[in-house]
Amino acid sequence: MGLCHRIIPCLDVADGQTVKGIKFQNLRAMGDPVELGLMYQRQGADELMFLDISASNEGRITMLSVVERVADNLSIPFSVGGGVNSLETAQRLLRCGADKISINTAAVERPDLIREIAQPCGSQCCIVAIDARRAANGWEVLTHGGRRSSGRDALEWGRQAADLGAGEILLTSWDQDGTRAGFDLELTRAFAEALTIPIIASGGGSGPDSFADVFRLGKADAALAASIFHEGEWTVRALKERLAGKVSVRYPC
Amino acid sequence: MPELELLDYGGGNLGSLRRCLERLGWSFALVTQPSGDRPLILPGVGAFGAVMAGLSEVRLRLGEILREGTPYLGICVGLQILLQSSQESPGVEGLGLIEGEVVRFQAPKVPQMGWNDVQARQSGWPEGFVYFVNSYYAQPVDPTAVLYQAEYHGLFCAAIRQKNLTAFQFHPEKSGAFGEQLLRHWKEQL
Repeated sequence: MGLCHRIIPCLDVADGQTVKGIKFQNLRAMGDPVELGLMYQRQGADELMFLDISASNEGRITMLSVVERVADNLSIPFSVGGGVNSLETAQRLLRCGADKISINTAAVERPDLIREIAQPCGSQCCIVAIDARRAANGWEVLTHGGRRSSGRDALEWGRQAADLGAGEILLTSWDQDGTRAGFDLELTRAFAEALTIPIIASGGGSGPDSFADVFRLGKADAALAASIFHEGEWTVRALKERLAGKVSVRYPC
Repeated sequence: MPELELLDYGGGNLGSLRRCLERLGWSFALVTQPSGDRPLILPGVGAFGAVMAGLSEVRLRLGEILREGTPYLGICVGLQILLQSSQESPGVEGLGLIEGEVVRFQAPKVPQMGWNDVQARQSGWPEGFVYFVNSYYAQPVDPTAVLYQAEYHGLFCAAIRQKNLTAFQFHPEKSGAFGEQLLRHWKEQL
């Protein structure tokens, strides 16, 4: 079969608790990132992304123990993003057991941060997350969780990030995010064709067709989604069952 | 007395493998010098040359006990160091216990990152999906040394098994239930 396209549920964590649209009834602690992570692992998730959206320092410290518990309990790779702004923060998360860290705004503000992390820790654990929005010509990079425009061209930034040592790009379409109207295929394909590192598509994931499209037409290596999984619309397994035979996925899983 | 030894040579990321062995309920000692009295596990992360440099103090002892038959499980670069050399670090000698070279993938995207399915080339080993992160792979001269093969822009050697030596290019500790099954299978063969 060869290398599979990965499906990556994303969990937002604030102050040690999973937040946003979790509608499962049968979990002991619905908000516990470890319980949810284990559930997605059982469903056949290929990897997980934990996004720390804590606003406080206390929240960030709590995240470290969450990462440690996730690492103790899960047997699939996982990444941690949100607020990673220095080599020190990255190393702390990696030491707690994260397989990869994801950097976003801090890298836009200081691109050398990518090299500073990738050199000692290895490119394979350094994801650069890019929030992209359609502009008059191509796509522009947004920062601060989509609140600010950096004025930079997204594809140009992607190339630079790869040159500096990024191991993967987590590419979120700000136009599609939250719409469930499918991934931005044009954006994803532009990145996949321009770069030689894996592209994780994000924003707009809905049913199996949207995932099949982003793998086949968008040429993404992986796809990340949150709400369709959290709201119980699709389990990862059901999604993969529908994708199997159309695109290479890890199934049965 | 722990049943296994996990070699800590400083450079390796022991964290995830150690956690995995704990989940499996295996008892192991973290050692900086392998005793040769118990099966030895060596996870390797990083460049071939860096791992060999980290092993410089134990290299002779390691080669000796592995030649004498101490059961060994190598993971990732822990597989590659069994060979004679690697394109990643020209001029650096591997342990040379398996004849052959470690070569770079000729593929549009390197490293290979993600889940791939492995096919067994030796009897009794289960088949399934495992998680890879690698730019290089071993090319053993003796084809019977190959335990698993997989496909990434061509067939490549995903695991080796010869006498007391077993080694996985992928990460069983990150390969879900199947990865744990493979580790248990290795231990059952001891």
